Amino acid sequence: MPTLTYRDALNQALREEMQRDPTVFLMGEEVGVYQGAYKVSRGLLEEFGPKRVVDTPIAELGFAGIGVGAAMGGLRPVIEFMTWNFALLALDQIVNSAAKMLYMSGGQIRMPIVFRGPSGAALQLASQHSQAWESWLAHIPGLKVVAPATPADAKGLLKSAIRDNNPVIVLEGEMLYNLKGDVPDGEHIVPIGQAEIKREGNDVTLVCHSKTLPVALKAADQLAEQNVSAEVLDLRSLRPLDEAAILRSVRKTNRAVVVEEGWPHVGIGAQVVDLIQRDAFDDLDAPVQRVTEADVPMPYNKHLERAAKASPEKVVAAARKVLYLNGD
Amino acid sequence: MTATARSPKDTAAPQTELQLKMLRQMLLIRRFEEKAAEAYALGKIGGFCHLYIGQEAVAVGALAALKDDDYVICSYREHGQALIKGISPNAVMAELFGKATGCSKGKGGSMHLFDARKGFMGGHGIVGGHVPLGAGLGFASKYQGTDKVTVCFFGEAAVNIGAFHETLNMASVWKLPVIFLCENNRYGMGTAFERVAAVTDIVEHACSYDMAAELVDGMNALTVYDATRRAVERARKNSHPTLLEVRTYRFMGHSMSDPLHGVYRTKDEVEEQKARDPITHLAQKLKEDGVMDQAALDAMDAEIRAEVEEAVKFADESPDPDPEELYRDVLAD
Ligand SMILES: Cc1ncc(C[n+]2csc(CCOP(=O)(O)OP(=O)(O)O)c2C)c(N)n1
Ligand SMILES: [Mg+2]
Repeated sequence: MPTLTYRDALNQALREEMQRDPTVFLMGEEVGVYQGAYKVSRGLLEEFGPKRVVDTPIAELGFAGIGVGAAMGGLRPVIEFMTWNFALLALDQIVNSAAKMLYMSGGQIRMPIVFRGPSGAALQLASQHSQAWESWLAHIPGLKVVAPATPADAKGLLKSAIRDNNPVIVLEGEMLYNLKGDVPDGEHIVPIGQAEIKREGNDVTLVCHSKTLPVALKAADQLAEQNVSAEVLDLRSLRPLDEAAILRSVRKTNRAVVVEEGWPHVGIGAQVVDLIQRDAFDDLDAPVQRVTEADVPMPYNKHLERAAKASPEKVVAAARKVLYLNGD
Repeated sequence: MTATARSPKDTAAPQTELQLKMLRQMLLIRRFEEKAAEAYALGKIGGFCHLYIGQEAVAVGALAALKDDDYVICSYREHGQALIKGISPNAVMAELFGKATGCSKGKGGSMHLFDARKGFMGGHGIVGGHVPLGAGLGFASKYQGTDKVTVCFFGEAAVNIGAFHETLNMASVWKLPVIFLCENNRYGMGTAFERVAAVTDIVEHACSYDMAAELVDGMNALTVYDATRRAVERARKNSHPTLLEVRTYRFMGHSMSDPLHGVYRTKDEVEEQKARDPITHLAQKLKEDGVMDQAALDAMDAEIRAEVEEAVKFADESPDPDPEELYRDVLAD
């Protein structure tokens, strides 16, 4: 199987879907001539021309809305945000237009549109450029939200997103673009709404997604050295959430830690914990723990930044806590 | 670079046929809205309900310049456009009543009338939020190589919204076949435009975006028709966008919860504007031209009243949506 970076896996998905379906087009800042702010769209302008790879002004609200209108008119737009921090300016179109069009039109107007771009903190980009918005977006009925963590999932989920007849949010990991992995050639589809066990284990479930997958995998390695067998469950989709997969794993391990990039208050982890307490209460041997970003705007200083982020050490500590290994 | 702001004199020879059709359509909107107000007072219509009384010449004049498969997209003050784009009074009234037979299955209401097959792409409730959607429809038509034109109606208050400016810029850069039709009725709820806008001649904004523009008398359906026809030609032939500022006036409150003139405008002002009633004026003209007499006008009115009465009856007798509708159409298959 070919090895690709996460970035090139996304590129391949875009290229293949644009080859397959002439109604698919890419629109966003710097996607064409500049080849993409993160080079995800490299080569696409050359292959598909400016009609289908559309450079926009810096006008997130406007071009997100033009994308929604184009979807109403029968196209399949892929709207790239340079990062999701800037997509805040476009939230009106995502929430008030895209997510509600089908419902408020009584089922008449489908909304096959993808909003994608890097999400979450990279390195030392400070408060305004280091935010993970999944809990905001996953809150909204009428949207689907995916957050791939590996190159193969990036390709398979983006292809599913483009083919979906609903608005799909694709949260890419800014720190994952260079990650390498095996990616199946051609028709590789990952269905939206399916979590995947990325490492099997018996003692504790580490629930994660996107950039917290590598964190959880490292934590699982460290736990293995302490004779703890951790199962790593990658959610992949945040809406719909694969509730069955979460419950299955927790029923097996009886303990869970939820790891996420966002802030703790009203986060994705809170939703997962709600599910577990309601539907797997009797299977639990300890209260579920959460590892999140610190509840502060992201600082610039690299030591402070590291302290704010979820880390393997924090996950190990939380896992030891649910296993009552901390002596408390 | 100048906006071509002008009050056009070059009207095409107004055909009698067209004027009669427009009179009928304006009267239909007027009578429909009067009935909607009645039904609202009776509690048959809920929520926000924004009437179009006074502004009929704008929708009627503009839509007369379109082909059936052209797109129309509107704000929440869209009962008039919906009726003229071909949604039946029954389906519009039933939607206001929240019934299963409404044009949005009772799930949209007054602010979200839709009929995609008729090219009526909705009423939208966020001020200015649908302006980029209009441009997107134009983008799709151009991409698909069709010659469809999109008319996007919005109130003057939307001109203070960022989405308006972002959209006009992109529509001009990308030469989208879209007509941005601003219905300047002077007020956004209770705020007079000049109190909140540095530039009060909205057409002037077209200068910033190197776009064709016209200032239009919105109390005259023929004038609106002519200006829209010119804009449609620009869009259909050359894929050029146009900004139309159509000056009009709403005779009723902002919505059903707002009194007739309120504290933000005087009774005298409203009365003065009512003297410019577009329906009375066109009817008067047709009588003077010997096209119709009072008896013919009365007959037309009676016919329309019966049609609207029937719509109320239909809406009243229609069933509520199934309880299962609550969860339907959140996502498409
Ligand atoms: C973004 C936004 N802010 C506020 C409102 C509440 N609101 C609804 S209509 C309206 C006035 C809009 O006036 P205008 O655009 O001139 O349209 P008109 O009602 O005169 O047709 C306001 C403030 C809204 N719907 N959307
Ligand atoms: Mg107004």
